[in-house]
Amino acid sequence: MTASPRRTLIEARDVVKTYGDFTALEGIDLDIREGEFFSLLGPSGCGKTTLLRTIAGFEDMSAGTVKIDGKDMAGVPPNRRPTNMVFQSYAIFPHLSVGENVGFGLRRSSMSKAEKAKAVEEALAMVGLKGYGNRSAQALSGGQRQRVALARALILKPKVLLLDEPLSALDKKLREQMQVELIKLQRTVGITFILVTHDQEEALVMSDRIAVMFDGRIAQMDDPETLYKHPKTRDVAEFIGVMNFLPATVTATDGRIGVDVAGLGAASLDPGQCAGTISAGDCSVGVRPETMSILFPDDTPRGRVAEGVVDEVVYYGDMTYYDIHLDGADTPVRISMRNLMGRPVLDIRTRTRVAWDERSLVLFP
Amino acid sequence: MSGGWLRIYAIAYLVFLYAPIFLLPVFAFNDSTIIAFPLDGFTTRWFSDLTTVGALHDAVWNSLVIAVTSAVLATTLGICAARASTRYRFPAKAGIMGLIMLPLVLPEIIVAVSLLVVIVQVLGLPLAQWSVIAAHTLICTPFCIAILNASFSNLDASLEEAAIDLGETRWSTFRLITFPLVMPGIISSLLISFTISLDEFIIAFFLTGAQPTLPVYVWGLLRFPGQIPVVMALGTILVLASILLLTIAEYYRRRGVARAGQSDSGGFL
Repeated sequence: MTASPRRTLIEARDVVKTYGDFTALEGIDLDIREGEFFSLLGPSGCGKTTLLRTIAGFEDMSAGTVKIDGKDMAGVPPNRRPTNMVFQSYAIFPHLSVGENVGFGLRRSSMSKAEKAKAVEEALAMVGLKGYGNRSAQALSGGQRQRVALARALILKPKVLLLDEPLSALDKKLREQMQVELIKLQRTVGITFILVTHDQEEALVMSDRIAVMFDGRIAQMDDPETLYKHPKTRDVAEFIGVMNFLPATVTATDGRIGVDVAGLGAASLDPGQCAGTISAGDCSVGVRPETMSILFPDDTPRGRVAEGVVDEVVYYGDMTYYDIHLDGADTPVRISMRNLMGRPVLDIRTRTRVAWDERSLVLFP
Repeated sequence: MSGGWLRIYAIAYLVFLYAPIFLLPVFAFNDSTIIAFPLDGFTTRWFSDLTTVGALHDAVWNSLVIAVTSAVLATTLGICAARASTRYRFPAKAGIMGLIMLPLVLPEIIVAVSLLVVIVQVLGLPLAQWSVIAAHTLICTPFCIAILNASFSNLDASLEEAAIDLGETRWSTFRLITFPLVMPGIISSLLISFTISLDEFIIAFFLTGAQPTLPVYVWGLLRFPGQIPVVMALGTILVLASILLLTIAEYYRRRGVARAGQSDSGGFL
């Protein structure tokens, strides 16, 4: 995570993009800092790729401005922008060798042939493909193609590297490995990375900051921890991780917020735990699965305790997910438990106590 | 057994298709002006006759010029149209593409007569080589578009975007990325339009003016029975040339497919 606030590198103001009747981007405001790993996260069709392509210059805006490094990008074509892109399909030129692919961007530079060859070799070494220069681009695996695409985009030392779902074509193991490699690479080169992804876990793992997008708007823009712990809307809370929602009634709004939560009982919340403005009456309370725990008979409760019946058990090896029907609630809540040594897995229909914490609740209007 | 009948059918089919072509070399080397069995003896006379007929040389040369020019023109137009139809959205696209593809199903006699009327009556121009070239370009372009559309739509659009992103202009991107990757399609397109133009008769017959193309010249020869063995010799040479041309084109097409790493999905041979 970046500690000190840095200079703003990309500044988007009120960016609108329409295709006929369809509005892809509805007034995007965005500030991306220098050296930041920034993610655009959202479901498919939310406009995240359109926004990325707008920054790259492949899409014309219907309204608004985008500035990169203080320069207005209106009318500047992609080949004149200080950005380079890693495409979802990687777009490796099939008729060129690996080295020719990586060195493609240097065609117009004034470097000598020897300097270019050295730059290509360095770029390949940076992505762990030293000595692959003469190979055919066709003979590469998915992970290697991704590395070639990275080396090809980074060789021009852009101010911003744009990544359009670069890991979605890889299998799970390789994807997780590439996530770590990408973070390390970004730290080494210090270039601003903008990643488009629909995978919330990937965004949380990799990013300094995330903009969550729905229907052409940014719903929330924060660092991963704030986004996870303090979602501003129910949509964001549902999209990032798993969140249980329980119906509740607000009983007091002066000073601390008093709520009566179905299944959990009365609780007193800090105003900082509210997403949006809260008024007396019906609302819902969000609670993450890992902030609650099953109390086994010999456990001493810390915090508050509720009771319920096990509705469903999903065993994951390192974790077990329990769906618990709390007394007084209509729908079960999901609780995740680490499978520690000597701790049994409960059976369906077992009656159990559940520990929870007032501080981990989020109140939605 | 049905398999037996199918085999007989297949053999009969192939004989029907290719036997006339195999008769060409047989009579081309037969020492008689009458095309009939039994054969009279071996001669290369008809081939040496070919080399002395000046009018034939003019017709071959005329046909080659027309075929090459209309192949290049039709393929160039085809590249533009295929790229536009696969990459861009524009108003009335389906209608425009339909109009361009229409000559594919238009009877050639109609094209020939209407062009004759336009050129001679409306424009008042004399018929010449260029009128045949224009007409052949018109009928070849739809074939070129059909072939090139497949090549262009197989091409990942982000390859072109990647090249632009890496600093190239639209034109240099076309030259460095698009053109080499659709090359197999372009070769197919050139070859097909060359062949269509070379053996096209009706339009050439109407529009040819004083310089006949090869098919028109051959048609003229057939009125003189004594010339028929010469036509046979000419046909033999044309068949061999076609086989050679197709083999070369197929070799380059397969090499192109292998280089672009695509799976081989058909071709000529």
